[in-house]
Amino acid sequence: MQTKFIISALAAVAAQLLLPTEGSAQQPAPVSPQVVEAYVKGTWKSPPEGWQSRIDQDETQKLCSQYRNSPPANIAQNIVAREKATVVFPADGKVLGNWKDGEKVAQTGTGGQFTDPPDAVKGGNCYACHQMAAKELSFGTLGPSLVEYGKIRKYKPEEAKETYAKIFNAQSVQACSNMPRFGYHKFLTEQQMKDVTAYLFDPESPVNKP
Amino acid sequence: MLRRTTRENFVRAMIIRAMIAAGLLWAGPVGAQPADQTEKEIEKYREMISDPMANPAYLNVDRGEILWAQKRGSKNVSLETCDLGEGAGKVEGAYARLPRYFADADRVMDLEQRLLWCMDKIQGLDTADVIKRRFSGPGVTSDMEDLVAYIANKSSGMKLSAPVSHPKEQEMYAVGEAMFYRRSSISDFSCATCHSEDGKRIRLQALPNLSVPGKAAQETMGSWPTYRVSQSQTRTMQHRLWDCYRQMRMPIPDYASDGITALTVYLTKKAEGGEILVPSIKR
Repeated sequence: MQTKFIISALAAVAAQLLLPTEGSAQQPAPVSPQVVEAYVKGTWKSPPEGWQSRIDQDETQKLCSQYRNSPPANIAQNIVAREKATVVFPADGKVLGNWKDGEKVAQTGTGGQFTDPPDAVKGGNCYACHQMAAKELSFGTLGPSLVEYGKIRKYKPEEAKETYAKIFNAQSVQACSNMPRFGYHKFLTEQQMKDVTAYLFDPESPVNKP
Repeated sequence: MLRRTTRENFVRAMIIRAMIAAGLLWAGPVGAQPADQTEKEIEKYREMISDPMANPAYLNVDRGEILWAQKRGSKNVSLETCDLGEGAGKVEGAYARLPRYFADADRVMDLEQRLLWCMDKIQGLDTADVIKRRFSGPGVTSDMEDLVAYIANKSSGMKLSAPVSHPKEQEMYAVGEAMFYRRSSISDFSCATCHSEDGKRIRLQALPNLSVPGKAAQETMGSWPTYRVSQSQTRTMQHRLWDCYRQMRMPIPDYASDGITALTVYLTKKAEGGEILVPSIKR
């Protein structure tokens, strides 16, 4: 009898603990990835030829979505390792192009949109998210300021090489970085990535002028 | 509350349309000014274009009012018996509680999905042409933009309060949240890339944080439909999300698809309690 009472008392306490709080009652239970993907499929029923791969996620995109860009350490390590393996450096080892052309790439935000003609010039649109040359006032703040980027790094060749890798595939440096993987997706050409690297590392570039 | 008579709206809208055409509402390029000065200029420009007395979208409101009452389709009836959730024909306050679950369709619908449903079921209207003209352009008016402007205006001054209680509404919310964080395409973007932190900008454009409930989400969701000065057209949330996916380098999302409604359910929930002031006017 007493045991029974204790058990039912414990059950009552447990039920109290398991009751949803007011806050969580507002949050509907998450749905399975299959349900989400069915909605995605229904939202893009017949994409133009060659565009289906833009809807489908690769493994890294899947994981970054799942963990909302904060994956656990072991998964982050796997992502960085996988992405690092995709980086292709210029064959001659030279990562610095022409900073003036790099500025154009940094300023250009077109290319790859469904309203762009297929042959539209693609740009890195760096200024959308980063401050670069101090004289340019129209810059975004989603990414860190890159003012005097090369100067701060003392124009070291190994830093320039690392920067090229970062532009090629930002997630080869930081798992689930917000930055597009420009080389991995073949969005920018090798020359464009070299030019942007020069824009950041050439002592004559306005990026390195106060 | 910004509900006005048809005549008054029309005259004002025509005057302002002419002013915009003459470039009087454009503050001009930012130029090389100190950053705080730039910010002030942008603020001035925002104030200038946000004057509700100077909003061409009231032309859409007026056209929408006429369209709502116009007999069309194979059944030659108006939309006046269409149930937008508050009862057959009731327009007042309907937009404030959308998207929501409709038992007759057994689906969660946003306003545009519901209007298409009513056009099909009540009017027997072939919606192919309506969908083709879903977004207006030079020389092309959009029935949907007009109807949404009219119906949404009938909730102006009210608070966003779309329900998330029916299991299908809850599913929509959860899917919308997952889609908000879903990274894809050649830029690896999700909605959250731009809209999950406070005080961020793209170039000089401020980005609302839509990942949390609060003022940013309320002001955003409470101000659509809106007249886009840069496009010289009135736009709905369907168009706003179409435009986001364009910038994200995704393919064109299907108009009035469930994924877009799921995102709208999620965003509207984050904006719960926000005041609706529409049609608004934006850059």
